[in-house]
Amino acid sequence: MAHYEASIRRPLVTGDKTYSDVTRDIARPVEGVANKQWWIVFTIALIAFLYGIGCITYTISTGIGVWGLNKTIGWAWDITNFVWWVGIGHAGTLISAVLLLFRQKWRMAINRSAEAMTIFSVIQAGLFPIIHMGRPWLAYWVLPIPNQFGSLWVNFNSPLLWDVFAISTYLSVSLVFWWTGLLPDFAMIRDRAITPFNKKIYGILSFGWSGRAKDWQRFEEVSLVLAGLATPLVLSVHTIVSFDFATAVIPGWHTTIFPPYFVAGAVFSGFAMVNTLLIIMRKVVSLENYITIQHIELMNIVIMITGSIVGVAYITELFVAWYSGVEYEQYAFLNRATGPYWWAYWSMMTCNVLSPQFMWFKKLRTSIMFSFFISIVVNIGMWFERFVIIVTSLHRDFLPSSWTMFSPTFVDIGIFIGTIGFFFVLFLLYARTFPVIAQAEVKSILKVSGSMYKKLREEKEAKHE
Amino acid sequence: MSSNKLIHALYTDDDVLLSAVKQVRDKRYQIEEVFTPFPVHGLEKAMGIADTRLAINAFLYGIVGLCFATAMMNYVMIEDWPQDIGGKPSFSYLENMPAFVPIMFEMTVFFAAHLMVITFYMRSRLWPFKKAENPDVRTTDDHFLMEIDANGADIDEATKFLYDTGAVEIKLIDKEAN
Repeated sequence: MAHYEASIRRPLVTGDKTYSDVTRDIARPVEGVANKQWWIVFTIALIAFLYGIGCITYTISTGIGVWGLNKTIGWAWDITNFVWWVGIGHAGTLISAVLLLFRQKWRMAINRSAEAMTIFSVIQAGLFPIIHMGRPWLAYWVLPIPNQFGSLWVNFNSPLLWDVFAISTYLSVSLVFWWTGLLPDFAMIRDRAITPFNKKIYGILSFGWSGRAKDWQRFEEVSLVLAGLATPLVLSVHTIVSFDFATAVIPGWHTTIFPPYFVAGAVFSGFAMVNTLLIIMRKVVSLENYITIQHIELMNIVIMITGSIVGVAYITELFVAWYSGVEYEQYAFLNRATGPYWWAYWSMMTCNVLSPQFMWFKKLRTSIMFSFFISIVVNIGMWFERFVIIVTSLHRDFLPSSWTMFSPTFVDIGIFIGTIGFFFVLFLLYARTFPVIAQAEVKSILKVSGSMYKKLREEKEAKHE
Repeated sequence: MSSNKLIHALYTDDDVLLSAVKQVRDKRYQIEEVFTPFPVHGLEKAMGIADTRLAINAFLYGIVGLCFATAMMNYVMIEDWPQDIGGKPSFSYLENMPAFVPIMFEMTVFFAAHLMVITFYMRSRLWPFKKAENPDVRTTDDHFLMEIDANGADIDEATKFLYDTGAVEIKLIDKEAN
């Protein structure tokens, strides 16, 4: 071991765990049977998912007219939900890639679940543009493939096409990053499996991982290079999503601040969702010794910082609208804050800018109940942010006679609820079948940051004095 | 050769393993392989394993991705069907390049990441339905296994020596050579 950390640092793994304790604790949820609570939550999520499938089927068989869209507002809940889910999907890569590059060891307890969350939420995000196409069976038309229509190609000047490339690269790279990290942990479950069925399944999933010294050397190199690639990738994804708006000439969208503003917002909402999920999960599968209060506190600090960045972005937007001297731009922002959608704007401001400021207080950011509450508030606030950007910029366009409001139909609402259900169905299945903590990585820091080893070392040092 | 003798020495601590690897190599025993439950830092150096070149691979794959994206968009947007979009006609790739940067970047990452991971899986022989090759299931839990070539060595002496390095369990394996 190259270095031992100072005793002033709090241990990242509490409960005096040994290597085999880590194995047992992380294999337990996979090897045990689901409890009643799991089944209740799973059933609710499944019903929501099925309802969403019903609404999607109705939309596709009848047409986009079943949504609340109108002539003035051609984008509303669908794209709001798309951006919301993509944003949530940013935390996983941020935790596993950016924190890996910064050598933040606390990432190891949460990166697996955060990456799972990323993948599941990007799947939800991807559904919306495909449904919005109206004829999803022609979704492959977004790909630059030679076709029977002569020289008809996709338009590489369009930000919507950049989005196709960005989201699919992001989803597929996140998936291999996640799976490569899972191989040693699947191997651990495979080697503990008692029934031949489990042995077979986890044998297939682990790709025959054996843990040779050379494999580990390559594994670490691949993780590092993937982190280096995923870091600019994750920043590019929401940058490109923001181009969908920023390259348009609509007042309220046509803003150069959008890329960093969207990326900060994405990290903000993603960390909030990680907190929502992990605060429940650590309790349900008894992993409080791995996902500690310290982890929650650190995530709260990230939420506070990114929330403040988002706040600065909101104020900058207002300032620039005033400073530009363009009356359309000025009206777009005045209308947002004081027009008929004032309630959406001020919900956004309260949830995203005000609520994270409570995290300055140590008592609040180390309170589990309060962290959970704020994480939900932030998720709601970030949904409103996208709604405000999209709908309030469109509903009063250049022609006052076409000014209108947007009201969602039950189908709009049903599809959104359906994706939340789908997300939780995937996450709950994951929590029962996958090793939810990167146990191999946790073992590699146990001697440095485990409470038992830290204590032993301190005792030894005390004796030498 | 009719048979191949191997010694499997099991350890339960990574620091003990690391010093054992150094001692075993000093004694001129041949370490065939070490199986560990997690990456032990410095192990590959102690074993004398060469650095991996996967990062260099990833860089080259990235260049391939960048070239592919450039060639594709040059063909589609400039050569095959140039269009005048938004008053910006497509006469040359260079003039239109700013609009192509996002996809040039995405393709670079896509190629570098996926081809590197595929290379890793091929080189380390990892794929679905591949049979695991760790000789003891405890090596994914909390045991570290060192595999030593025992041909022509004094088994008793080697065993005693390995116990002295901190091994908790030693097995002599007679592997039938194919």
